[in-house]
Amino acid sequence: MELRKQPERHIAPNIPDEWFVPKASNQAEAEAVVRPSLSYWQDAWLRLLKNKLAMAGLTFLILLTFMAIFGPMMSPHDMTEQKLVNQNLPPSSQHWFGTDELGRDVFSRTWFGARISLFVGIVAALIDFIIGVVYGGFAGYKGGKADHVMMRIVEILYGLPYLLIVILISVVMGPGLFTIIFALTITGWIGMARIVRGQVLQIKNYEFVLASKTFGTKTSRIIRKNLLPNTMGPIIVQMTLTVPSAIFAEAFLSFLGLGIQPPFASWGSMASDGLSTILSGHWWRLFFPAFFISLTMFSFNVLGDGLQDALDPKLRR
Amino acid sequence: MTTYIVKRLFAMLITLWLIITLTFFLMHAVPGSPFNEERATNETVQKNLEKFYHLDKPLYVQYGLYLKSVVTFDFGPSIKKSSQTVNEMLGRGFPISFELGMITLIVAVLSGITLGVIAALRHNGIIDYLAMTIAVLGISIPNFVMATLLIQVIAVNWQILPVATWVSPKHMILPTLALATGPMAIIARLTRASMLEVLTQDYIRTAKAKGLSPVKIVFKHALRNALLPVVTVLGSLAASILTGTFVIEKIFAIPGMGKYFVESINQRDYPVIMGTTVFYSTILIMMLFLVDIAYGILDPRIKLHKKEGS
Amino acid sequence: MEKVLEVNDLHVSFKTYGGEVKAVRGVNFNLYKGETLAIVGESGCGKSVTSQSIMRLIPNPPGRITNGSILFKGKDLTKLKETQMRSIRGADISMIFQDPMTALNPTITIGEQLVEGILQHKSISRQEGKKVALEMLDLVGIPNPQERFKHHPHQFSGGMRQRIVIAMALVCKPEVLIADEPTTALDVTIQAQILDLFKDIQKKTGVSIILITHDLGVVAQVADRIAVMYAGKIVEAGSRREIFYQPQHPYTKGLLNSVPRLDLVGAELVPIGGTPPDLFSPPAGCPFTARCSYAMEVCDRAYPFKTHLSQDHHVDCWLQDERAMNRLTSVK
Repeated sequence: MELRKQPERHIAPNIPDEWFVPKASNQAEAEAVVRPSLSYWQDAWLRLLKNKLAMAGLTFLILLTFMAIFGPMMSPHDMTEQKLVNQNLPPSSQHWFGTDELGRDVFSRTWFGARISLFVGIVAALIDFIIGVVYGGFAGYKGGKADHVMMRIVEILYGLPYLLIVILISVVMGPGLFTIIFALTITGWIGMARIVRGQVLQIKNYEFVLASKTFGTKTSRIIRKNLLPNTMGPIIVQMTLTVPSAIFAEAFLSFLGLGIQPPFASWGSMASDGLSTILSGHWWRLFFPAFFISLTMFSFNVLGDGLQDALDPKLRR
Repeated sequence: MTTYIVKRLFAMLITLWLIITLTFFLMHAVPGSPFNEERATNETVQKNLEKFYHLDKPLYVQYGLYLKSVVTFDFGPSIKKSSQTVNEMLGRGFPISFELGMITLIVAVLSGITLGVIAALRHNGIIDYLAMTIAVLGISIPNFVMATLLIQVIAVNWQILPVATWVSPKHMILPTLALATGPMAIIARLTRASMLEVLTQDYIRTAKAKGLSPVKIVFKHALRNALLPVVTVLGSLAASILTGTFVIEKIFAIPGMGKYFVESINQRDYPVIMGTTVFYSTILIMMLFLVDIAYGILDPRIKLHKKEGS
Repeated sequence: MEKVLEVNDLHVSFKTYGGEVKAVRGVNFNLYKGETLAIVGESGCGKSVTSQSIMRLIPNPPGRITNGSILFKGKDLTKLKETQMRSIRGADISMIFQDPMTALNPTITIGEQLVEGILQHKSISRQEGKKVALEMLDLVGIPNPQERFKHHPHQFSGGMRQRIVIAMALVCKPEVLIADEPTTALDVTIQAQILDLFKDIQKKTGVSIILITHDLGVVAQVADRIAVMYAGKIVEAGSRREIFYQPQHPYTKGLLNSVPRLDLVGAELVPIGGTPPDLFSPPAGCPFTARCSYAMEVCDRAYPFKTHLSQDHHVDCWLQDERAMNRLTSVK
């Protein structure tokens, strides 16, 4: 080392002379990475676990699924079993959630309603997902003119008032489960298509994808390692949030008399029937379907919010 | 800006045309509708129908004539209420529905923005958690459940407010509240998220470095930019409020268009369903159009850049 | 020379999930009237935190000034109330941020953004405020200010925007201007123009400038004095000549060796290996030890004493100790 100017010298007090010897090499230590590396999904899962509200939502949904499957079997009363002598009984050890005006067991009917709601929600979300991924993925991947035309179509469809169309289709096709799902998905996929297309478009040109290509990485590996983690996040979130809106739409249609028809039950139709009893004090007929539909939508919404936070790659730390 | 407006206008017209066409052919496809085989129960009604829809002519002529009458805002007669036209029903019912919808929209926007801004400014505080829990509850409770809950507790148990109808401001509180909760919650969440993002922007730091007061920073620099995404959802919120009026009017026995619409659905009064759908779609699409224009005015960058995400 | 700003033993910490990050750990420096002081260092060394602490713009929570004082004209800025601080920000001390593309509010005209700063601190009419703003736009070299006044930020180029940002910082004739990486986001040719503008403005207004940068090229052009920061401490400071031609700290030397220089043709560019230490638990000794090729046992055990080499030039390094000197000369 070269010193052009010799400044005054110092001797620091209380520092022993023998410390002034070269230090053993520590280059490795300097280069060591402290943070343990977790895969994207592990990391997201850990962060979801920390979100108490989302976990509560998830727990409830698991319980609800269990009850939707086994609930109707737990009650000694079939959901369509009518006993007029038993009409409008309050909750008791015989009928845990009470009975309705035809003497049917509200407990059995509530869990049957859960089946309908979950089925409609999940099937609608799945169909939206499939159509959305195919349409949006194609538009985003192709780009150019095809993308332009496809997105103009989406833009026009986006202007359609969703529930009005659903009502219209239900009127035309006659009420029923199939009609509801058909009506819901006919406009429902648009949101998903927009998201997928945006994601694909954005990621197609990411430098790390280009970098992988230049390294000669196989396409399947690029999709699995790069594209999926970065596109799946928003898609999963969108799906989680589609479920409650489908559940709401089913209940809304059933409430208007366009949904599930008697003797079958859905939370919407049960609430609609229960509405007339509000003044007569038969609160249980309204309370149980209303409570469970709200709690289910709440659970899906908080789970969706939690997933959104957990799956955002930019929030990783 | 002009090309932008023209473009939006064009898209709007196509959407409208699509809806009119869709409703027309769907209604003609319904088995048992008076447009194909079934005859109306009432002789005069049937005559009115044939006269208005030109049922004796080929389908494409019917379609052309229907388009023409829709353009002049004439939706023809009802088939269940013999002496009434759809226009008369709209004239009677729509002002009430409009009143309910507008009050709801104003309440939802004002309270939603306030809640969202407060939550963002108290980020991660108790008020924030409280406001956001209320907001998730708000989007999770369907409006018909909210309505029945309010009736049960406030009108029946406590007897503070009237149970139903739409005659005085006092009667308007519960229906508006029931209908506004969901949109309010959506606006509150959106405002909060957008406000939080804006508050981390460099220009907010610049404003602080200028020595501006927090009030000025929030209201002049942050709020306007934070509200841009809120403006974009107003159109779809208006749509959800409008469809919400159907159930709310049914529950509260409000004599608005929604109540007529629900009745017409249950009675399969096809011309009314058709007319109302077209009428409401027109309003909603015009709403979306106005929102787009408003966005263009609020965001000076829109003149140069294409709208994102479309 | 008149001292405008005096920073003593400044400590700033951030509370995070992982614990407390000690971003600034005892920083001392003075700023004299009309000079340009450059604070240089790698990203994360605490230079931006130091500058934002002077403006009291550290987001709190999580950030907090835990110790030390910042004296401006005899007032300790760390002890001022927020309202008092507000009357200083933009009026007596101004700040310019890195990215001119995002530093301006996109929905407000640049004229309004200039005038609001003036009206905040001076009780003059809007009309007079506009006059001041126009003069300032002219001073920073915006052609056609009268017309540009009504334009929105997106209608300007990056270099023009940075000129507007500078004009905004100068409208109230501040005594201190803090520029945090003012040229990093700009093209090289624009960089030179902006640096010239700084020199020009300093000549015209006598403002003292603190220039925060990682770019030694920028420093060489405009700085009178240089402070080198590493892991939350100023490890060496001195005049521009002293730092460029007689660097003492191995880190300073490393920085100089890692940038191309016109005055040392043929010199090899040598990057500094390794990364700065984790500031959750900063080492007790010299934080540079792990990356230092001269490291001794003592470096790990104790933080070096400050050695003054001239009136301005001082360095924190054990190599300045006579015993290290003896060893090195004997090795040679």
